[in-house]
Amino acid sequence: MNEALNRIAEQARRVGRNVTFMEVCGTHTMAVSRSGLRQLLPANVKLISGPGCPVCVTDTSYIDAAIELARRPGVIVTTFGDLIRVPGSESSLERERAAGADVRVVYSPADALALARENPDKQVVFLGVGFETTAPTVAWTIKKAAQDGVMNFSVLCAHKTMPFAMEALLKDQEVKIDGFICPGHVSVITGAQLYRFIPERYGIPCVVCGFEAVDVMKCIVMLLAQIAGKRTAVEIEYSRSVNETGNPAAQQLIAEVFEESDAGWRGIGVIPRSGLAIRKEFARWDAGRSVTFRESKPHPGCRCGDVLRGVLTPPDCKLFAKVCTPTNPLGPCMVSSEGACAAFYKYERKAAV
Amino acid sequence: MKHDRILLAHGGGGTLTHELIEQLFAPAFGLKELEDSAVLDDKLAFTTDSYVVKPYFFPGGDIGKLAVCGTVNDLAMQGAEPLWLSLGMILEEGLPLADLEKIVASIKATAAEAGVTIVTGDTKVVERGKCEGLYLNTAGIGRVVADVGSTHVRPGDAVIVNGNLGEHGVAVLSRREGIAFQTSVISDCAPLWSLVQSALVSGAEIHAMRDPTRGGLAATVCDIAAASGVGIWLQESALPISAEVRGACDLLGLDPLNIANEGKVVVFCRGTDAGRVLDAMRAHPLGRGARVIGEVTEKPKGMAVLRTAIGGERIVDMPTGEDLPRIC
Repeated sequence: MNEALNRIAEQARRVGRNVTFMEVCGTHTMAVSRSGLRQLLPANVKLISGPGCPVCVTDTSYIDAAIELARRPGVIVTTFGDLIRVPGSESSLERERAAGADVRVVYSPADALALARENPDKQVVFLGVGFETTAPTVAWTIKKAAQDGVMNFSVLCAHKTMPFAMEALLKDQEVKIDGFICPGHVSVITGAQLYRFIPERYGIPCVVCGFEAVDVMKCIVMLLAQIAGKRTAVEIEYSRSVNETGNPAAQQLIAEVFEESDAGWRGIGVIPRSGLAIRKEFARWDAGRSVTFRESKPHPGCRCGDVLRGVLTPPDCKLFAKVCTPTNPLGPCMVSSEGACAAFYKYERKAAV
Repeated sequence: MKHDRILLAHGGGGTLTHELIEQLFAPAFGLKELEDSAVLDDKLAFTTDSYVVKPYFFPGGDIGKLAVCGTVNDLAMQGAEPLWLSLGMILEEGLPLADLEKIVASIKATAAEAGVTIVTGDTKVVERGKCEGLYLNTAGIGRVVADVGSTHVRPGDAVIVNGNLGEHGVAVLSRREGIAFQTSVISDCAPLWSLVQSALVSGAEIHAMRDPTRGGLAATVCDIAAASGVGIWLQESALPISAEVRGACDLLGLDPLNIANEGKVVVFCRGTDAGRVLDAMRAHPLGRGARVIGEVTEKPKGMAVLRTAIGGERIVDMPTGEDLPRIC
């Protein structure tokens, strides 16, 4: 372990200036907080969290739409677990469940489809949230529902894709990034090629990283070595699972069921081409066509948008740990266990408060 | 209180459960010491617990075994020898009698193993759909033989656990509808009095004991740190967690420290007596994996901290409630 830290220190000395790396993925944020890595890094290496926690970037209007669906009689809303506590403008799915709505946590969209088959008299809506990692299984489920004619199943889709969000951050004058710790799971699907435009167009190093603290440490060494050696490239630390081209079958599924769309990111705003919408051919299984998305405002004072862009660290927010806590989250970054604020609160609050 | 309705998380053993107890129950009934059991006339310990585990058969046990172990363990943690139990049953219309017979046999066998007698009980049946198969409640009475309590822990104490963490929670999750996954992890559900007794008679100065059930080890150390006003330092590399539990937790996005155990005891004893406790526990079948996992210091007061495997530090936080599996 210490050897990895020594190598970080050695490369950091070679670089000889302050550098900031963004871990794009929420799982990396967790690994950094849980391992206490942040305090062990040299003073000139700073890690900031990016927009890669799917729950965190899900817009309030989406939660409100999910709540609207859950309130309809005869509807079962199915969701991945961490979405149920996310506050909408007035309520959350957790509170709606306590008030009588049928909201169920599932581990896979296939379980939601099975629930629809078992309950032909109910409408089963699955909340499709997440990046390239979860999109293929949701695509598969929609395709399967269409093939088998399961008409009481639909998906409320808010899937997003990574590259244009990363590009938006690079174009943002406020955000200073010297290197990206790129998400491992997303890259298993897309391949490392996805990030090639970043060193090519923006001259910023990228390293695709696994999810253990040891992976993150190796990844930091690789990023520092690129900067010290005045190179910029996409390198793969997570080579046990990621290659250049990714998983073509999963990419094909995504392309078949979804099409590129503009997407609203909580705290960031609309990023062109960064979302996945359900294609017209599958409109029957698109729950989004039966609800209206109303513009909604986040909690005044919530700085999640700045945290998601890496402009602010969680303790810099005035609400952090005072009024915004995991039991009473005011913003999305405090809700998901992988949100930057929740991870910081849970594991690093001592240093902050 | 923050919510105008009961949420599932109010039953998770975390901060919301504490809020209910501290703001509603304790003031209403004038409860002062919130321990696993009440001590009556310095001689008897009295406790109660309800069991709603789903599914009611799980790898390594069933709701009946759990209903005996959970209650006798709450007595044992108070330094009391469990003697008598009551058994209340809420049965769902349509419950297969064969299932009930199996559960009753399991209650009988576990009570015999734990050395307790079932002396009174109650049966109610509710309409189909009003509960999932059956719910049980047990209350237990035991004879107090040691003066231990969550406020007795001091700087210099050692923190010891008797074996692998997180196995009950992972075993139950692995069979839950909508989650089911393949694992060979079985619940650690077991009555702990005889193990606890062997530690108590070893001559070691034991200050407190806790069974890390709902909320796991994290909730236990947070509770004790707050109650005794001490700092608790856990050593990550010393925590006994099997590769399977770790793998399942990684997959589901859960922290093994927050996962329930039903056959584990966390012992806080004088640091210099740690060897005695370890020897006594390791000689017992339920204590073979006993080891020191941390130490107690003055600071940070009321807080638990983990020294991580890579040499960093992080807070061990009270779980908030219902543990939510993550998205990806």
